[in-house]
Amino acid sequence: MTTLYERLGGEAAIDKAVDIFYRKVLTDDRINGFFDDVDMERQANKQKAFLTMVFGGPNQYTGQDMREGHKHLVARGLDDSHVDAVIEHLGSTLKELGAADEDIAQVAGIANSVRDDVLNR
Amino acid sequence: MPTLRFDGQAVTTQDGETVLEALLRHGLAVPHGCRSGICQSCLLKAREGHIPAPAQAGLKPALAEQDYLLACRCVPDEDMVLEIPSAGTLRTPAEIAAIEPLGGEVIRLVLTPEAALDYRPGQYVTLWRDEQLGRSYSLASLPDEGQSLEFHVRVIPGGQFSGWLAGEARPGDRLEVQEAAGSCVYTPALRDANLLLVGTGTGLAPLWGIVREALRQGHRGQIRVMHGAVECDGLYLHEALKRLAAQHDNLHYHASVLRPEGCSAVDERPLDELVVETIGDFSDWHSYLCGAPELVNQLRRRIFLAGARMDAICADAFLPTAPAKT
Ligand SMILES: Cc1cc2nc3c(=O)[nH]c(=O)nc-3n(C[C@H](O)[C@H](O)[C@H](O)COP(=O)(O)OP(=O)(O)OC[C@H]3O[C@@H](n4cnc5c(N)ncnc54)[C@H](O)[C@@H]3O)c2cc1C
Ligand code: FES
Repeated sequence: MTTLYERLGGEAAIDKAVDIFYRKVLTDDRINGFFDDVDMERQANKQKAFLTMVFGGPNQYTGQDMREGHKHLVARGLDDSHVDAVIEHLGSTLKELGAADEDIAQVAGIANSVRDDVLNR
Repeated sequence: MPTLRFDGQAVTTQDGETVLEALLRHGLAVPHGCRSGICQSCLLKAREGHIPAPAQAGLKPALAEQDYLLACRCVPDEDMVLEIPSAGTLRTPAEIAAIEPLGGEVIRLVLTPEAALDYRPGQYVTLWRDEQLGRSYSLASLPDEGQSLEFHVRVIPGGQFSGWLAGEARPGDRLEVQEAAGSCVYTPALRDANLLLVGTGTGLAPLWGIVREALRQGHRGQIRVMHGAVECDGLYLHEALKRLAAQHDNLHYHASVLRPEGCSAVDERPLDELVVETIGDFSDWHSYLCGAPELVNQLRRRIFLAGARMDAICADAFLPTAPAKT
């Protein structure tokens, strides 16, 4: 079975998805405070790695990385409501890219599966 | 925690600490500048030990293959043996050919390197006064115009490099030029694209290179150059850019001055407003942003939110040399 990553068109599609997703995140006042790193390039690279993972592409993410990478954000108040908002933006990004509903549900499932790691629970 | 061997000493790093921080904490002399992985002043060579990928981001492949790394971006994950690159390997001696006023606080520096420098318009180099004192400057010249290198330097009174240039340095004095770096360059693939070139102060230097290179290569899309300065005399290429725009239908030049008393042909809007209002929808634009870090970072975000693709925004923030943390 092909992954969503392949069906969307691989790395080129991810670049496009990062643009759409990142723009949504930066304009959402519920969560943009967690994304205000001045180094936009580094931010975008992190998001690219994240999207690659949830779309089922080649990635080296481990639960441990997820924990380490979000520790400082949890300390700043990152909670379930923020993760929900991110998953919402993931879904609408995928819709704009023309993904099927089943695929969107599957991506939300993968994102949900790392929720506890992200929130360091 | 990993141990570093450098200059005959052993240094144990602390959690999350970079190689540069660890060595400086032990009072060891390591040249450095921006501490942000941009200026490449902190280049070291690894004799032993694994080099984490971020420590080689932005290095030329030839340097990465020879185990060079940026100390300010290297958080070691195992023991390493490090050394300062041997003199002369990455630096070319050069002689000052001219230092002359350009306008306002800006001077033009022309260097004659002993051997031709390999670079592309839009890139920058670090100029070294001596072993330890280096500062990055953008190239304003074109490689096709000959071997001399041109820079636009804003003089900061008391500045170790710019102050020295304006005060003591004389034609005939010698400097060293490090290899060119930076990815904000013009490529033929952009020939039909619309280019937006925004610079504050001497952020115009790399753009002066890029715009002339684009025209030289027969650029077919639109080009808009937007320069911001505090006062009129800071628009140090005002006449030259007006002339160039008059010669090319697809080139437009806009100037924004914070204190516009007595200026001619300038826009009174702040540079960021001028940029955003003039372009509107950025989805067909390829942007180059150079100069003051706050403005560059802020504009980059606004342009992205106004529809530009992330990979169509190229930003060079002129970060000052970070003072040592004590
Ligand atoms: C990639 C890159 C490209 C660059 N290109 C250029 C260029 O083309 N032209 C150019 O003029 N500069 C450029 N710079 C900046 C340049 O490298 C130096 O930081 C600058 O010339 C000051 O060096 P200095 O030794 O004269 O001053 P320093 O001795 O380093 O600083 C003297 C004092 O001035 C302060 N200071 C430093 N910078 C500023 C500033 N911008 N405004 C106000 N105060 C300041 C310092 O904090 C310090 O207190 C670039 C920087 C980078 C990273
Ligand atoms: S690149 Fe390391 S100090 Fe500038």
